[in-house]
Order: sequence, then C-alpha cells, then structure tokens
Amino acid sequence: MAEKKISKAYRDEFYPPIPTKMTKYWRTNLIYQFFKFVKLNFKIMRMVVKGHS
Amino acid sequence: MKIVILGAGISGHTAAAFLKRKLGRHHEVTVISPSQYYQWIPSNIWVGVGKMSVDQVRFKLSKVYDRWGIIFKQAKAMTIHPEGDQEIKTGFVTIEYTSDGDSGKQERVPYDFLVNATGPKLNFAATPGLGPDKNSLSVCSCDHAIHTWEELQKSIALMKAGKKQRFLIGTGHPKATCQGAAFEYALNLAFEFKQRKLDHLADITWISNEYEVGDFGMGGAFIKRGGYITSTKVFTESVLAEHNIRWIKRAGITNVEPGIAQYELLDGTSSFVEFDFAMLIPAFAGQGLKAFSITEEDITSRLFAPSGFMLVDADYTPKPFEEWSIRDWPEKYQNPAFPNIYATGIAFAPPHSISKPMKSPNGTEIFPSPPRTGMPSGVIGKVVAQNISEIIQKGGSGHKHLANMGKMGAACIVSAGYSMTKGLGATMTVSPIVPDWEKYPEWGRDINATVGEIGVAGHWIKLFLHYMFLHKAKGYPFWWLLPE
Ligand SMILES: Cc1cc2nc3c(=O)[nH]c(=O)nc-3n(C[C@H](O)[C@H](O)[C@H](O)COP(=O)(O)OP(=O)(O)OC[C@H]3O[C@@H](n4cnc5c(N)ncnc54)[C@H](O)[C@@H]3O)c2cc1C
Repeated sequence: MAEKKISKAYRDEFYPPIPTKMTKYWRTNLIYQFFKFVKLNFKIMRMVVKGHS
Repeated sequence: MKIVILGAGISGHTAAAFLKRKLGRHHEVTVISPSQYYQWIPSNIWVGVGKMSVDQVRFKLSKVYDRWGIIFKQAKAMTIHPEGDQEIKTGFVTIEYTSDGDSGKQERVPYDFLVNATGPKLNFAATPGLGPDKNSLSVCSCDHAIHTWEELQKSIALMKAGKKQRFLIGTGHPKATCQGAAFEYALNLAFEFKQRKLDHLADITWISNEYEVGDFGMGGAFIKRGGYITSTKVFTESVLAEHNIRWIKRAGITNVEPGIAQYELLDGTSSFVEFDFAMLIPAFAGQGLKAFSITEEDITSRLFAPSGFMLVDADYTPKPFEEWSIRDWPEKYQNPAFPNIYATGIAFAPPHSISKPMKSPNGTEIFPSPPRTGMPSGVIGKVVAQNISEIIQKGGSGHKHLANMGKMGAACIVSAGYSMTKGLGATMTVSPIVPDWEKYPEWGRDINATVGEIGVAGHWIKLFLHYMFLHKAKGYPFWWLLPE
C-alpha cells in the first residue's frame, strides 16, 4: 500500500481533492439524489427559459 | 415560399419542425440530409460502452416528415447558387442523392430561404493516422460508436484473461473541440471496468489540447462549491484522479500510428504515448460546400470562412484575446452577403475561439476550438425558424428573436456511468456560454447560475433528456412545449 502511495506522490493526480466515503455515499443515496434531481432540473429549466428570446 | 434546410441534426431538425409548425401547408419546407436517420448524438457515448443499441439513439426521418408534411430528400448538398442561374431565377442548391436506388443522382433544389445546418465534417484527415479507418476510434456518430463498442469488447476479453490494457481518450488534433464528449467516454470506461472488477487492469490516460483540464473549449468555468469559488480545473482533476485516470494536458496529437500517438506540447517538446485502445475526437471543419454566382464565378469566400463554416452576422475582425467581446458573436445567424441564407448549430463560423489561443514555440496552435453543444444548436435552429416564418408571414426584415452565445446559458450533463442506482452524472450549467467580462468582470459568468454537481441524479437527468429529446424529435404529442 505504502509503495503505491509513494509511486503516486508528486504526480499530477496526487494533488486534486478526492471525495470522502461520505461524499460518495451521498452521490448514490437515492432519497437525497431525488431532491437533487428536482433542484437541478429546476435550475436547468430556469436557464433554458432565460436563453430563449 | 420554399424554405430549404440542409442537415437533419439537432439544429436543422429543430428549425424544420418549427418552420413547418409556424408556416403550415401554405409554404414548402424541404429537408436535405445524406442519412435517412435522425440521431441523438449525445447518447452515442452509451452506444460506445454497450449500454444502448444504435436503434435506441436514432429513428427514420421519413416517418416524422411524412406526418408533418415536410419534403425529405436523402441527399447531400454540394453547391449553393444564391443568385440562381439563367433557368432558375431564385437561389438554388445542387444536391446528390445518397439513398439506395437514387444514389449519385443530382438535382437542383430552388429556395426562397436557405438554412445551412450541416454540422461538422469529422476531419480525421487533419491528423495523419487518426480515425476508425486507421489507428483510433471515435464515438462521434452512431456507426463509429458501435464499432468502438466492438473494439472495447475485445479489450474487455483480454482484461478478463488477465492482460493489462492501455486506454487513450481525448482530443486527436491540436485544435479539436468536443472535450466534454471524450471526457464522458473516459469516465464511462472507468465505470464499466469497475463494475466488471477489471479496473486494476485498465490504465486510462486522458489527453487533451486544453491549457488546463476542465477548460472544455469554453475557457473553463467557476463554480460555488464547499464554501469556495472553484475552477472546473479542480473539479475535473478531482474526477480524473478519483477514477484513476492520468492526464496529459496542453497536448496536440500530430500523428497516430498503430498503438502509438505522437504529440507536441505547448512548451514545444514532443513525446508519444502507447495505447491498446484509443478513442480520439478529430478536428471539425465545415462540410466544404461551394458557392457560385449567376455567372458561375466561384463565390465560396462570400459565404464561407476558410474553415468551411458559414459566415454569419459575427464580427470576424481579428483581435487579441484581451479585446474579445460577446458582441463579436452572432445573434441572427444570417449571411451578410445573402440575407435569405442562414447557418445554425455547428455550421456557422464562430468569430474566434472561446478558449485563449495558444501557440507552441514551433508555431503549432494548441487550444480547443469553440464547441457548439446541443442546447445552443437547438435554440439557434428555433430562433432562425421563428424569424424566417415571421418575415414570410408579416413581411419586413425584422429579426425579433435573437440568440447570442454570450447571453444564453447552457446545461451539459457529463455522464460518468450508466446505472439507475450506482451510475453517476456531473451536471454542469454555465451562463452565458461565452464569458461576458464586461457584465461579470470577476469570473466572466453569472456565478449564481453556474452549477457543478456529481451524483446519480445527473445520470437520471441525462437519461431523461435522452427520452425527452427523442420524444420531441419524433414529434410526439406536445413536442413543441419541450425546450431545446
Ligand atoms: C459523442 C458526442 C456527445 C455529445 N454530447 C453532448 C451532450 O451531452 N450535450 C450537448 O449539448 N451536446 C453534446 N454533443 C454536441 C452535439 O451533438 C452537437 O452540438 C449537435 O449535434 C450539433 O448539432 P448540428 O445540428 O449543428 O449538427 P449535427 O447534429 O452534426 O447535424 C448535422 C446534419 O447535417 C447533415 N449533413 C452533413 N453534410 C451535409 C450536406 N452536405 N448536405 C446536407 N446535410 C448534411 C448530417 O447528416 C446531419 O444530419 C455531443 C457530441 C458528440 C460527438
């Protein structure tokens, strides 16, 4: 394991933020995601309506 | 009046649908397109990983056009004659049929209004060795995507037999665009390998001409997230790192040989990367239509830019990046030389890129060309249809409906895995598409309208949009209420 970590260090892919277990959990929590679905659709629709003249 | 539309993609099909709906039986709407199918191109990503069949992403145009009363000619446009000739007094287009039986037959199709919605020519030839007939794969059309899926199955079989496979995904030309589609494909590959528990045998590399990953040909974007205003560079690098995808940025692929892609970096150095499977997006160009005057003089340069895309009401004066403005971008999509000719979707010539132009010390331009995604392509098609029908019905030359990419927003859902419960999609919205540095001096865009979220909800939205847009394109009940 330590070997794998050292092989990654100082490479580009070593630095970006990586999601925690909790973040990953919420991404596929169906109830939470259902609300996200509604919210994101609303945001997209608002933009679509604004984009048409 | 006769309105002729060249191309039945997202933009041309939308324009045809609204023109017919507005003009009814009293005017003739003709669509000319070389394929008998309409295809919902964004879902080709899923065809390329075996999650959808070709028939799920396309349908026969004649069924819809027969119902709507639109004349459909399965042919490709070759030349435009805006002034007509001795016989035909209006403008006309020469076309060559591609349908079985009529293949090769030529015809002259007169018009009062012409809409050029011919999209991009997939210019594989601009990169030696690139393309499905040569050394790399593509998902830019459903035929390419199905071929890519066949090749992917071979790699999966080798991985199942314990053999490591190297995947190279990204842009196949120093000035290619459509990074979003390639990025989606890379993420879908990573997801599929994980689902099959083969991820330890997959070595995926993202290669791109972007200055920073997450540029996506629109100069990147900024998102409010976790108490910070974060660049899409961070967002994209995070997604790549999470999926164990390495990246090579500022790279212009110059040559593809079997198993090897050579590239030049913006710092002028050259290198190569080896692969077992490469899906690389080609450069885009216009379709190469020619135009002739009434005296048969070649007037192509009055209608088209050297790239082959059609000139419209944009400001094409060359200017440095620092002087670019949203006013450079067109709003009517009307050709300045011939006001009854319009170009919509990818077919119009943009005034310049959106990403900052960059050149290597060797003089190679390495930066993304401007993307014109589905939403603006559809909106532009509709706006042009509305203006033409109002000019026909009410007279005058007014263009009440405008669509400037520096004023309109766009939503883009980046698929990152196809599954109703475990799938992922990154929902991204930006407003406007072309940064407006005068209105939004800090970030170029409305930070409150910019969204970047990852979750299964993104996958549901992408899937929902697939069915919604096909419903709309097929002209099923209330199609006109659905947005572009
Ligand atoms: C793999 C992939 C995934 C994508 N995913 C997304 C996404 O998720 N979201 C998004 O917003 N956008 C996406 N895009 C971009 C989107 O597909 C394009 O913006 C859109 O297709 C452009 O529409 P268009 O009508 O201008 O061109 P096209 O859809 O390419 O249509 C051009 C039409 O012109 C026809 N034609 C070509 N030559 C001639 C000729 N000589 N005469 C007559 N007709 C001709 C073609 O057959 C076709 O019917 C994706 C693109 C790709 C390649």
